[in-house]
Amino acid sequence: MAELAAAPVAPAEHQVLAQLAELKRLAIVPAFNEEVSVGRVIDEIRAFDPGFEIAVVDDGSTDRTAGVADDRGAHVIRLPFNLGIGGAMQTGYRYAFEHGYDVAVQVDGDGQHDPSQLARILKPVLDGEADLVVGSRFSGGGPYRSTVARRVGIRIFAGVVSAVVRQRVTDTTSGFRAVNRKGIALFAADYPHDYPEVEATVMCVKHKLRLREVPVEMRERSGGRSSITALRSIYYMTKVLLAIFVGLFRRYAVPVEEEHHR
Amino acid sequence: MTPLPVSIAAAVASFLLLVVVFELIRSRRLRERYALLWLLTGVVLLSLSLWRDGLNTIAGWFGVQTYPPAILGATGALFILVVLLHYSTVISRLSDQNTILAQRLALLEQELREGNAA
Repeated sequence: MAELAAAPVAPAEHQVLAQLAELKRLAIVPAFNEEVSVGRVIDEIRAFDPGFEIAVVDDGSTDRTAGVADDRGAHVIRLPFNLGIGGAMQTGYRYAFEHGYDVAVQVDGDGQHDPSQLARILKPVLDGEADLVVGSRFSGGGPYRSTVARRVGIRIFAGVVSAVVRQRVTDTTSGFRAVNRKGIALFAADYPHDYPEVEATVMCVKHKLRLREVPVEMRERSGGRSSITALRSIYYMTKVLLAIFVGLFRRYAVPVEEEHHR
Repeated sequence: MTPLPVSIAAAVASFLLLVVVFELIRSRRLRERYALLWLLTGVVLLSLSLWRDGLNTIAGWFGVQTYPPAILGATGALFILVVLLHYSTVISRLSDQNTILAQRLALLEQELREGNAA
């Protein structure tokens, strides 16, 4: 709760980069028909820190997404058909887990996340203060334009999730995230389906991982379409709320400290 | 008017359906995505069983004067049809994906064999 206010507005980027230099680090970029934007996303991640390895998970695109990513030397993981963002993200986390990465960040292939702000979401992970850090559009970041229906949905999720995790959460649907090895291991083993961000946040806290939100600014999407259309949003809300509700009645294992590196 | 034992039996049955579906989701044997239609079925049937006046009114709309619980049966049948149709689309998608997986695997194996031979 007080953590939000304490989040640094302009984190010492050079310090973050110095801490990063000693770690095996991966940027997971889920992309579904993002040939227009995925190249720029890769360039911008490298501009932030050339030492980041980049795994583009092509979720069954029918355009040149995989080709563009391949040309830039990213690790391209092509799914044979569209699994949805949940299945795609988990593929990235499995890759991160099996290749022994210490930290992983999620950066959407559509360009809405600004890689120059990676230091903000990485800092609490690198300082050992959080296992999962979510970049929030609403906790003090810049303006964010959206439809009324979307705002209401976002408000509902924020309320429900905050109550369930007993911690103030403002942006449950943000996919701009950073995790440490613990988070990578958890998500590699278990990741929600369909629309995963809200459930992944809850799941993390249930497994006793430390969650932190930091303010970020997001951009307008530079390519592709939002995966959530008006008709689907009712299904989306119902499904996610049901999953959270049923999740209250599940028992969660606390993950073991550290497993083998390959 | 609907006989009380019919209402009670129908309410208990739909409640059991809801409990079973909930438990299947909780134990992760049923995904939320495929549970939603079953939950809707349970909720609608439960409401119609408990709201006995409503059932009579709805029966009236359809000109069912003699035996209102027929509407319960019809509603149940309708939902089962919808669930089955939904599953047909799911099976179709799964079998398409299965084909793609088999093809990808065969191509990979072929690549591996020729790579090893070389």
